[in-house]
Amino acid sequence: MKEQSEETPQGPLPVVDFLKIPEDGDPYLEGFRCTSCDAVYLADRAACSKCGARDTLKTTRLSTQGNLYVYSIVHRSFPGIEVPYVSAIVDLEGGGTLKGNLINIEPDPEKIEMGMPIEVVFGDALGRVDRDGNTYLSYFFQPRG
Amino acid sequence: MSEDVYILGTDMIKFGRFPDRSVPSLGAEAALLALDDANLTIQDMEAVCCGNLGQAAAMVGQRILQEIGQTGVPVVNCANACATGATAFREAWMGIKAGLYDLVLAVGVEQMGRGLLGGAGGAKGIPKEGLLGSQTMPAVFAEAGMEHSRKYGTTFEQFAKVSVKNHHHSTHNPKAMYQIETPLETVMNAEMIAYPNTKLMCSVNVDGAAAAILASEKKARELGMGRAVRVKASVLTSDPWQERDLVMPDVNSCTRLAAKTAYEMAGVGPEDVDLVELHDCFATAEILHYENLGLCGEGEAGRMIDEGESAHGGRIPVNVSGGLLSKGHPLGATGIANIYEISTHLRGEAGARQVEGARIGLTHVIGLGSACAIHVLEKAS
Ligand SMILES: [Zn+2]
Repeated sequence: MKEQSEETPQGPLPVVDFLKIPEDGDPYLEGFRCTSCDAVYLADRAACSKCGARDTLKTTRLSTQGNLYVYSIVHRSFPGIEVPYVSAIVDLEGGGTLKGNLINIEPDPEKIEMGMPIEVVFGDALGRVDRDGNTYLSYFFQPRG
Repeated sequence: MSEDVYILGTDMIKFGRFPDRSVPSLGAEAALLALDDANLTIQDMEAVCCGNLGQAAAMVGQRILQEIGQTGVPVVNCANACATGATAFREAWMGIKAGLYDLVLAVGVEQMGRGLLGGAGGAKGIPKEGLLGSQTMPAVFAEAGMEHSRKYGTTFEQFAKVSVKNHHHSTHNPKAMYQIETPLETVMNAEMIAYPNTKLMCSVNVDGAAAAILASEKKARELGMGRAVRVKASVLTSDPWQERDLVMPDVNSCTRLAAKTAYEMAGVGPEDVDLVELHDCFATAEILHYENLGLCGEGEAGRMIDEGESAHGGRIPVNVSGGLLSKGHPLGATGIANIYEISTHLRGEAGARQVEGARIGLTHVIGLGSACAIHVLEKAS
């Protein structure tokens, strides 16, 4: 057993900056929307990369409802990464596109339908911790009921 | 428009794995082959443009000159992902087009590690691979292919046929990494890497180098047009904004923009092109580029591969060198190796894989979905 560091591990921390974990309330995803052209981003930038407007990106809460755009079933990945898993690209209702793992579905092309309704759910980051022992909260996609 | 630019010499080393060689020595070998092919020497070159990705900060172009002759000419080192070699070639083209030089050496070289390409995740936080989907290249290009399936019903089998074709082509290319037939069952039953890309549908990581000698029209006339190849168009694009850019490198938009510009610059259309070397980094990618380059109508790429139109002897042969899938894909060398392949056919020197009567050819490379380079080449005499 490794010695505990001085600082107590924290958690869960958000796996990406656009995942927000409020003190009280449910986690959610927050992007940026251009008030000039309506393009949606997952992070702030110097100007809108679609229309070039400056100072037009405002935070926007992203929907947890969407549809599967495309996917791949990954059978070989980097060392230590458990396979197979479904890498999915999901278009969210109201704007924004995310990449993530599609869970609670068989990793079989016969079972996965492009365009199928998807919801975003939140959960522990597959047990992964950083070198300080912090745990993380991630987002996942699953078929919508 | 100003005068044309010509290729007077070009060659490549046989692609393979050379762990005991250095990057500059591989580049030097290709440079000397190209100089010999043009019957010129390094002392004739007025500038050098070098493409290499793995040692982008290490002055590879100058180190190549240390091996073949330090003449003091300007050297630029280019890095532009998989469009690196083509970008170096284009830098040479621009220097001549601008009237600064009459003879320029372009060389591309790469020494590759083995295994998967793609980001393993930063040091901060936790690894995101397999947690937030996949950033491995086979998966990224699988997803790009699935977009075509979604639109047009393209099947796993149709994607696999690309590999069957390109591996077959390379059996006639002694400079390709592989010279092996891979029947459809073999391709489809190979280890699945990222559906629908099996191992035989992923380009091979190899070491390699290729080079070309570019000349002004004045110089080409002086030295003789006999085996010269005219550069009809040289185009480089970046990726125009697309709504899924955030999560999906888009190899389509930058290719379509580059193709449109290149055909306009060359004054030809896709129907005039006799052969194409395009960026088949994965079998799924080749299918997309049939339509992106206008080689067939929208949604017809599946039919095109089914009917053998892109095979040697077909309507528009694609990747008769074996492509990145079978010839190999040494990133910084690939763009110039494509130019060597097309030039060799235009010169009528491609031996068993010669596309008979080839007069116009097109090369295409993509760097991570955000850089596309296209060259249209024409037999000069
Ligand atoms: Zn905008």
